Amino acid sequence: MASASSQVLWLIRRSKLSLVGLFIVAGFVVTGILAPFIVPYPEDARGETYNIEERFQPPSWEHPFGTDEYGRDVFSRVLMGARYSLIIAVGVVGLALLIGIPVGLVAGYVGGRVGSMLMRVTDMFLAFPPLLLAIALAATLGRGLFNTIIALSISWWPWYARLLYVRVTSVKNMPFVDSARLLGLGRLAIMFRHVLPNSLTPVTVQAALDMGSAILEAAGLSFLGVGVDPSTPEWGLLVTEGWASISSAWWISLFPGLAILVTVLGFNLLADALRESLDPRIRRIALTRRILG
Amino acid sequence: MSLLDVRGLVKYFPVRKGVFGRVVGYVKAVDGVSFSIGENEVFALVGESGSGKTTTARCILRLIEPTRGEILFMGRDVTKLKGRELKWYRRNVQAVFQNPFLSLNPRMKVKDLVAEPLKVYRDQAQDVERAVEEHLEMVGLPREVGERYPLELSGGQAQRVAIAKAIILRPRLVVLDEPTSALDVSVQAQILNLFLDLKKELKLSYLLITHDLSVVKYVSDWVAVMYLGRIVELARTEELFENPLHPYTLALLSSIPGTKKAKWKRIELAGEPPSALNPPKGCRLRPRCPLAFEKCHEEPQLVEYSKEHWVSCWLY
Repeated sequence: MASASSQVLWLIRRSKLSLVGLFIVAGFVVTGILAPFIVPYPEDARGETYNIEERFQPPSWEHPFGTDEYGRDVFSRVLMGARYSLIIAVGVVGLALLIGIPVGLVAGYVGGRVGSMLMRVTDMFLAFPPLLLAIALAATLGRGLFNTIIALSISWWPWYARLLYVRVTSVKNMPFVDSARLLGLGRLAIMFRHVLPNSLTPVTVQAALDMGSAILEAAGLSFLGVGVDPSTPEWGLLVTEGWASISSAWWISLFPGLAILVTVLGFNLLADALRESLDPRIRRIALTRRILG
Repeated sequence: MSLLDVRGLVKYFPVRKGVFGRVVGYVKAVDGVSFSIGENEVFALVGESGSGKTTTARCILRLIEPTRGEILFMGRDVTKLKGRELKWYRRNVQAVFQNPFLSLNPRMKVKDLVAEPLKVYRDQAQDVERAVEEHLEMVGLPREVGERYPLELSGGQAQRVAIAKAIILRPRLVVLDEPTSALDVSVQAQILNLFLDLKKELKLSYLLITHDLSVVKYVSDWVAVMYLGRIVELARTEELFENPLHPYTLALLSSIPGTKKAKWKRIELAGEPPSALNPPKGCRLRPRCPLAFEKCHEEPQLVEYSKEHWVSCWLY
């Protein structure tokens, strides 16, 4: 586990599939950031237009993904949707990590009563089926991008807390933590410098996987009508919009659906590769295997 | 005056059962151990696994709190140290553990690992980078190793890094807990020689924890043999190997291959060591000892049999 660049190199060398994952995710992120500047029909993407003559156009050179019931360019709207999905993915996972990591770390390292109390609270959240909890929260909070992110991250953080907790309870008994105590380091320094960096691997991998799942679940919420505001070009909502006319104008739902599929797949491939590259032990074994042939 | 004095050290681990964690018994890991280590001396604790030697070391290192007993370091009771005084103690007492791949943080570069102690004790107005290079050199590593991660090193190299880390603060005492057991035989001798060189150069004392008697013979000045939480025999190393007294020591020495021509009696013990949860009454070796007799139902004390040679057995 050397520098970031060698990390990427390692990923690329490891397998073609992880490279595919890396490409998809990179493409998704770049599209998400640049979408407003690169879409062919920015007004359509924002949902401000209504072109009665161009309704339900099948895919063509002018509209590669066709047009929807308001005559808007689906391609532009899908590209713009990447931006919302990116915000949702980063927002949900980021917020969930922000709550889950401190809870798991403190519960695992401090242990005792404080630890059990924190974990019982976590268990209470885990007792609810996550999607159901998210739907209930989203319905209570009301529609909107921000509320969707809040609803999803509240149903999400307990998984990270538990994952980290389990790892921390085993890492804190490793001899290198004893070594750190022998130096007279304080609790906080041991927690953050020695225990946390060596406990993060499972959480990092899970977070990468969850980027895809967050997009999927946000799309699900929008599809059910408790997600982002109507007319937002969010992928789940785009699929819903085309749902009524799926038999005649299949392209309206298909392309945003494909966008979700490919992006989720990309995050899965990347997470898989991350798992191996982030764990110095697995990496060393793999390295040895390569040397030995 | 001795550097470290251990007096009547006792460590019991409670055994809990059931939902409410009721204490149903105690594992008597260390049950009344006393010894002292002089300046610039090597003191070895030997015994099989479960004899309590590592627990003793962990108490001395203040990684666990002893149940009873005193540990005096330069005259101060270590078990009561707090804050600044504890830091002073930490600085003077360091350790090298068995497996360097587990005792070195795998996510830190070698140079950061070796520099870490210096950064904790910032009062030193020295060039950290140079100090790290000097100490890598002292333990026989090229300076390029500093850029590597522990898992990229061989076992011997990684243990040298652990040693550099342990000596960089110039401690008075270093606890060596099975420091060569995880290493290849070819590397073991090199590491032991390194310990001896550093001892001479830096005026170190060592507490050596091991089950390997050949290691003891090579580096140690004193040996204490432990069995089920007690010291059964304590002597100068030459004296112990020349003239072993306790049946358990005899059995341990008999188990070394190639000691057929020994002038002392060869002994074999029956069975496995009993559990420390419920050790035998009287002499703890009695159920396994071929030389046991009626008197062994009473508890023997550690008595000075000859000059600088203590033994805890009714035969003497």
